[in-house]
Amino acid sequence: MAPAARFTVVGGGLAGLMTTIKLAEAGHQVDVLSLVPVKRSHSVCAQGGINGAVNTKGEGDHPDIHVKDTLRGGDFLAEQVSVKGMCHAAPGIIYLLDRMGVTFNRTPEGLLDFRRFGGTLHHRTAFAGATTGQQLLYALDEQVRRYEAEGKVTKYEYWEWLGTVKDDSGRCIGSVAVDLRTMEIRTFPAEAVCLATGGPGIVFGRSTNSIINTGTAAGRAYMEGAHYANGEFIQVHPTSIPGEDKLRLMSESVRGEGGRVWVPRKKGDTRAPQQIPEAERWYFLEEKYPKYKNLVPRDVATREIFMVCRELGMGINGRDGVYLDVTHIPAPVLDAKIKGVMEIYEKFVGDDPRKVPMVIFPGMHYSMGGLYVNFEADPKTLTPAEGSPKNQSTTIPGLYAAGEADYAFHGANRLGANSLLSCIYSGMIGGPAMASFAKSQGTSAAAMPEKHFQAARQYWQDRFATMLKMSGTENPYGLAKELGDTMTENCTVVRYNDRLKKTIEKIRELKDRWKNVNVLDTGNVANRALSYTNQLWNMFELGEVIATSALLRDESRGAHYKPDFSLPEPKTKDPTQDPEWMSLWRARHEKWAKTTVATYSEAGPKIHYEDIPTPVLDPEPRWYA
Amino acid sequence: MDTAQASAVTTKTITFRIWRQDDPAKPGHFDEFKVPYAKGANVISCLMEIQRNPVTVEGKRVAPVIWDAACLEEVCGSCAMNINGRVRMACSALIDKLEQPITLEPMSKFPVVRDLTVNRDRMFDALKRIKGWVPIDGTHNLGPGQRQSPVDQSVMYVLSTCITCGSCLEACPQVTQENDFVGAAAISQARLFNMNPTGKMNSEERVRSLMGPGGVQDCGKAQNCVKVCPKEIPLVTSIAVMNREVTKLTIKDIFFQDEAPKAHGSGPG
Repeated sequence: MAPAARFTVVGGGLAGLMTTIKLAEAGHQVDVLSLVPVKRSHSVCAQGGINGAVNTKGEGDHPDIHVKDTLRGGDFLAEQVSVKGMCHAAPGIIYLLDRMGVTFNRTPEGLLDFRRFGGTLHHRTAFAGATTGQQLLYALDEQVRRYEAEGKVTKYEYWEWLGTVKDDSGRCIGSVAVDLRTMEIRTFPAEAVCLATGGPGIVFGRSTNSIINTGTAAGRAYMEGAHYANGEFIQVHPTSIPGEDKLRLMSESVRGEGGRVWVPRKKGDTRAPQQIPEAERWYFLEEKYPKYKNLVPRDVATREIFMVCRELGMGINGRDGVYLDVTHIPAPVLDAKIKGVMEIYEKFVGDDPRKVPMVIFPGMHYSMGGLYVNFEADPKTLTPAEGSPKNQSTTIPGLYAAGEADYAFHGANRLGANSLLSCIYSGMIGGPAMASFAKSQGTSAAAMPEKHFQAARQYWQDRFATMLKMSGTENPYGLAKELGDTMTENCTVVRYNDRLKKTIEKIRELKDRWKNVNVLDTGNVANRALSYTNQLWNMFELGEVIATSALLRDESRGAHYKPDFSLPEPKTKDPTQDPEWMSLWRARHEKWAKTTVATYSEAGPKIHYEDIPTPVLDPEPRWYA
Repeated sequence: MDTAQASAVTTKTITFRIWRQDDPAKPGHFDEFKVPYAKGANVISCLMEIQRNPVTVEGKRVAPVIWDAACLEEVCGSCAMNINGRVRMACSALIDKLEQPITLEPMSKFPVVRDLTVNRDRMFDALKRIKGWVPIDGTHNLGPGQRQSPVDQSVMYVLSTCITCGSCLEACPQVTQENDFVGAAAISQARLFNMNPTGKMNSEERVRSLMGPGGVQDCGKAQNCVKVCPKEIPLVTSIAVMNREVTKLTIKDIFFQDEAPKAHGSGPG
């Protein structure tokens, strides 16, 4: 038998580890590159749970309803074939995780328990306390460790992916990476490479993301020719605790378990929250959305909270903040189901949320957009065809993307507890796709001429040597802060074209100032400032894609909200009963129900739009009231 | 986004003494920094401030401090370090609750990489030694796993919140950089997998991995581990449980030497 094919997976979160498991299980060799020990990847931060229509609550739930909720939640911008595949695979994925030993919460009968989450009316979210991402990541980490012990997986932890190695035809035949401890730069030949490198939260400065989530790999892949799609769709989570260093997530599961959002009815009421009687509290989400109440989709909840604080000036003490209240729920129930988040609030704010309502505000959380990927539909099932090399493939042959780094599954707004699912599902179909791609190629990457690897290595060695000599006056961390402040101010909840234009100008200015950076550190061991200086440029590139995509999309859809281009409120409660509004909606949909695609040019991103096939579900107005 | 927070910055400053070491082989020293005070600040937010202005109190421009961090909400396990002489997670170390000057040093039981970062490979190696996984047949769809009682789940859940931060090893008098004691974290993980309905089929090989040098019986029962665990995992209980299993297996080995191959046996859960 021929020696096992060698693949590279970049990123050790859920998507990367599932891709790795699929490849190793099929007998291949996998090199896993990760900025941190994989067990510390950002998936660990996910709290609430993972969706799957297992229907153990007698509610008549079904994967097809999950598909509908997901597509509607994303306002029909998600890639439909992959969404259908994901939702139908979901129950099996949850069972698999259960078999791997995830400590999911149980019902008294010993079955998996499910909780409510936003954007659905069903109990569809399996959970392990309020640290579900941690538990899922550990389960996959353990399986990968098993393959590592068997010699099928080699981990390169504290290694940063820098770019691709391509042959003359443009096929990706490997990667260049730097060891963040020794600063050694080397190449990793691979039959295919998967970027499972997460989202770009740090482009926004402070977010709910880990500080490693700079989006640098996706930014670089974009510069090297991979298309970047739907960059403007940035999820701002309704409930986070603002902090100096980051915005700490307060899971949607807090509302799933009965948490209520409110502000005092009287503007500027300075009484302690417990002193304010029920009748003098304004439960604005419950009032406006009687059906979904506090569990409207995230973009909706975020906008409402933002408006209450910024436009009505009704935030607590006139500031940015509303109450998230669980004090009516017995403490033992809170501890059994959401202890993880209770503890985060207690540790970082100092109040016990079981006794005092939490104060929260929206915070940048997730990117629906990402590297453009393809799928091949199985004509019978309308789900991704098993083993097709097309699935999860970027526009660079041999380069794949999975997890938050890809654009496909969530459209204009992601539903809570769908991200862990999309990470795992994209890895499950991405791994086999990479193996099929390798089989379809005439020449193995390992047999490619050394000159390709030599050239790529030389490029990065020269680039790092040049950066190491940068002795200007700009501090790279300071520039990053300026980028984050601008992006947060102008590219999150509410967007205006004049401000988006200024954002793009600001990024161009930052790019100019980058040339005058002082690299701060001339050491040759663990020189983080050097790698950060390189990452920073890629962050600018992504920031420009996000801002430009937002500028050009003159409508409101999901997380992308432009007051100047929004549809008016319909005259009837059910918008389909208002023919005038329906014709406006149809015209808007005709024009904008398209995937935004950004391609790189030195002068700035070039944007075009792609039609979205809708074989699974016909678009309809998205309406939750 | 939170204008209220930003305006809380005053002219007050916070003083830090931070261990600097360029290279594992080179001697280290302390640098002193002053950072503007901000309400709600923690050790990490101050280290970030130093990154943006890496100048010591003597006015000397130095390289930014190197430390490990990722999630900043005490769930990734990266940022364990000695803060005022006690091991803890830097992200949840709130400035308002710390005495100044705040002294930051790397953990001492792991080799220093640079400044405050250390090499914790021994912890991940220990997880390999104890075979810390459920050996599933494959990732294909085989239906649901076994039923579990909510009581068992609640015990296993706590054990599975271990973030591999290394605090328990740092506080343990038995652990040194020279020896190979697996430490409380890995022992507790062995207990976790031996409780899992499928994992328990391989419990004997995990118990066996904790026998002999570096195993559970190297524990000196100082009980420091449980006091410093940021996740409040009952590590002492886990050590006691696994110690008992090792003793039982040792006795079994003595009396039943001629029994079937040991590696595939199914031991007590």
